[in-house]
Amino acid sequence: MEKIKAIVNGVEKELSVKYSTEPLLDVLRRGGFVGVKEGCREGQCGACVVLIDGMPGNSCLYPAFRAAGKKITTIEGLGRPDNLNEIQKAFLESGAVQCGYCTPGIVLSTKALLEKNSAPSEDDIRVALDGNLCRCTGYVKIVSAVKLAAERIGKK
Amino acid sequence: MENKTNQFQQVGKNKLKVDGQALVTGGPQFVADYYVPDMLWAKVLYSPHAHARIKKIDTSQAEKLPGVKAVLTYKDVPRIPFTTAGQGAPEPSAYDTFILDSKVRFVGDKVAIVAAETEAIAEEAVKLIKVEYEVLKAVFDPRDALKKGAPLIHDEKEAHMPLPLFYDKTKNICAHADFKTGDLEKGFKGADFIIEHDYDIHYATHTSIETHITTVYFDPHGRIVILTSTQVPFHVRRITARALNIPAKKIRVIKPRIGGGFGGKQEVLLEPLVTALALKAKQAVCLKYTRSEEFISSRCRHPQLIHLKTGVKKDGTITAIDINIVMNNGAYGSHGLTILCNTGSKVLPLLKCDNISFYGDVAYTNYPVCGAYRGYGATEGYFAMGIQLDVMAEKIGTDILEWFKKIHIKVGETSPVFAALGEGREGVEQNITSCGLDKCIELGAKEIGWYGKRRQKQTGRFRRGVGTIIMMQGSAIPEIDMGAAFIKMNEDGSFNMLLGATDLGTGSDTIMAQIAAEVLAVETDKMIVYSSDTDFTPFDVGAYASSTTYLSGQAVIKAAQKVKEQILGVASEMLNEPKEDLTVKDSKVIGKKGEVSYSDISNYSLYTKNQFQIMAGDSHIVHKSPPPFAAHFAEVEVDMLTGKVRVIKYVCAIDCGTAINPQMAEGQSEGAVLNGISYALTERYIFSETGKMLNPNFDYYKIFGTRDLPEMKTILVPTYEPTGPFGAKSVSEISINGPCPVISNAIYDATGVRIYKTPFTPDKVLAAINKK
Repeated sequence: MEKIKAIVNGVEKELSVKYSTEPLLDVLRRGGFVGVKEGCREGQCGACVVLIDGMPGNSCLYPAFRAAGKKITTIEGLGRPDNLNEIQKAFLESGAVQCGYCTPGIVLSTKALLEKNSAPSEDDIRVALDGNLCRCTGYVKIVSAVKLAAERIGKK
Repeated sequence: MENKTNQFQQVGKNKLKVDGQALVTGGPQFVADYYVPDMLWAKVLYSPHAHARIKKIDTSQAEKLPGVKAVLTYKDVPRIPFTTAGQGAPEPSAYDTFILDSKVRFVGDKVAIVAAETEAIAEEAVKLIKVEYEVLKAVFDPRDALKKGAPLIHDEKEAHMPLPLFYDKTKNICAHADFKTGDLEKGFKGADFIIEHDYDIHYATHTSIETHITTVYFDPHGRIVILTSTQVPFHVRRITARALNIPAKKIRVIKPRIGGGFGGKQEVLLEPLVTALALKAKQAVCLKYTRSEEFISSRCRHPQLIHLKTGVKKDGTITAIDINIVMNNGAYGSHGLTILCNTGSKVLPLLKCDNISFYGDVAYTNYPVCGAYRGYGATEGYFAMGIQLDVMAEKIGTDILEWFKKIHIKVGETSPVFAALGEGREGVEQNITSCGLDKCIELGAKEIGWYGKRRQKQTGRFRRGVGTIIMMQGSAIPEIDMGAAFIKMNEDGSFNMLLGATDLGTGSDTIMAQIAAEVLAVETDKMIVYSSDTDFTPFDVGAYASSTTYLSGQAVIKAAQKVKEQILGVASEMLNEPKEDLTVKDSKVIGKKGEVSYSDISNYSLYTKNQFQIMAGDSHIVHKSPPPFAAHFAEVEVDMLTGKVRVIKYVCAIDCGTAINPQMAEGQSEGAVLNGISYALTERYIFSETGKMLNPNFDYYKIFGTRDLPEMKTILVPTYEPTGPFGAKSVSEISINGPCPVISNAIYDATGVRIYKTPFTPDKVLAAINKK
């Protein structure tokens, strides 16, 4: 077991890594960040997406050691239940959440998109979220939620 | 009708999802998020053979591996047959499953299970188990399985059907159903056209993003706590108790938030096994399926081979329907009979026809096991009937939409099919009491631009066409399904509501909260909803058969009405006014002379005088299963060079009665439609010659993502179902049934080629185009 240091949700954290290829997903979940979801462990579903220095990445494929010194954002770093951020609010209000298992990953992919592109087109949204699978919603309301969030953040 | 829903304060409104804040912030709420001290991890050894007997099994090396705490084989578990089908008792599914068995029946059948300190050790230990198999001849085609001399998949003496229903394991028949009405021969004689086709609908799986996961631990009293991702917590308790021969009182089942189910978690798949392992290890154990296990060793949609023969007159009268089905159930008989019956009972009553014959056999094969999957047999039935209707309409040269309006069942009408085909017993007669299908047809056609696009001559490489279908489903299983709810009042005027009904992401907690809030005249957010826990919440059959809103919603209404009566009673005492003069509004009781808040009423009842807890529970069973109706339309583009089919636009117009939460009803429909489109075009099981599924991952089993999403439009057509809670019917399943037939019909409109076999992959479409 070795320790690495990373900035998780703005706070420096010491994370224990069990073996050299241990994925960031497992290290973060063991560290209490259980909003990072496991869906396939093969980089295909996006449930485990976190932001690594602002870029969305599948934490199931990302060796935890490579996260040393980097800024990691998980869903726990966004708004809390009594203080949702604009993206979370937009997802809730648009009906973009059903079972909610894919939601943390999609909200984080949305955050990465909107930080890069504050007024994304429908195509931009579809491309940005293509790595996040959702089986419940049919994505219609997810796309609307991203548009709504972009609009509200743009107005601020 | 719309006026009726307008008078509601909480129902018919887009209230926020009651568990939404928790879900968008990602706090611990799914099975995998709960930390249990000293928990072990389980890994399963699966059969590499489609059909084999275990001659010898040696676990000694595995047991010696440091960190291994327990190993189970068939020798270590009770030999009690059960079904994994999470249905009411006794289940109309064959008792043909053991926790572990000395025979394996498909590639992916469970052979042994290990509990160890880490997943890595458990995985290592699984590799150390030595098994000697006697490989048996396997059978994969259900038609071959039914032939004389086919290898017998369930030759064990214990396998049986717990109900007096047809079951013949000596012929690999795990279920059978048939019924006749009218005079088929006469029907065909009276027809101007007789149309006959074979349809073939394929294997698929749910792919919930959260895979199956079960954690079993022991509470300080030594009771077994099963924390599990399930749609049917009460059936889990009952079936686990049976499989392990332990009393139900020893077992508590907790269903936290569920990461999608779609029927896949209406299966008691892991719970008995993990419980047996935890009992042997005397320690908590978690088994979490990998994505690959989810594909191979969970449950699938039942593939069907349907032979459909119909007779139709020039005037559009359908004179006869003769449907013959061979259904593949895979290695175990889960849900076999009821899915088969639903192929008839959810499809045939839609159409007016006096002469009907329905006949189906369900075969065991050595393929992966099938089970409940959204649509539940209707998906299969509508594929065949949807294309057949398109063929018939063309044959008689009628406008299909006008014809649909003539032939579908209407308010006040019934069908002999309702009484004939039930779920494991005879069905229940019913008259239709709400139907907005004509309006669905009109609005849907307008939205897709039907009359400008249909039967337009297409040339060139990319050809466009449109297709349609009309459908119905049901709402709960009449005279069988039961749901119950319990409500108690708190001193701030909020309410705890305990539900057996199982929210698996569908939003049912919110729907139930809106229904209770409407009765109690409070805001929806005053309801604190908890579902489900067999120790604390009342019974409910669980989330299946499109039942929760219609069934459990009525139980909620009854419980809320009782609570309201108690509130009025206390208010009457406080205001010194007769109950008859009192009304409820905005968390207050208003009399002729004064008013009093719910908070004051609750405080009075808890602390002041004649104290008691304002609380009530009630149950509901349904006597009908009123169908929701839908009309679907799609526009597709076919690449004549490659055979690739792209859906341009999809329209779903749906009558689900009152939509308790319109946004969520749309969401249910959109999710089902996209699942259906992806099933129609890309999802498939590729098997090796020896029965191994070769594509158990999202790279090669393609489910749709955002880039694949067509333009989608959902139109809710409100009606008022008098037997439903505030006029509601079901919504969750019906929409998955449309895409297969609608897309096939649209491909025909674009290219003149009919595809009778799903999925419509480029190779298949191109082969059909080239053959023409």
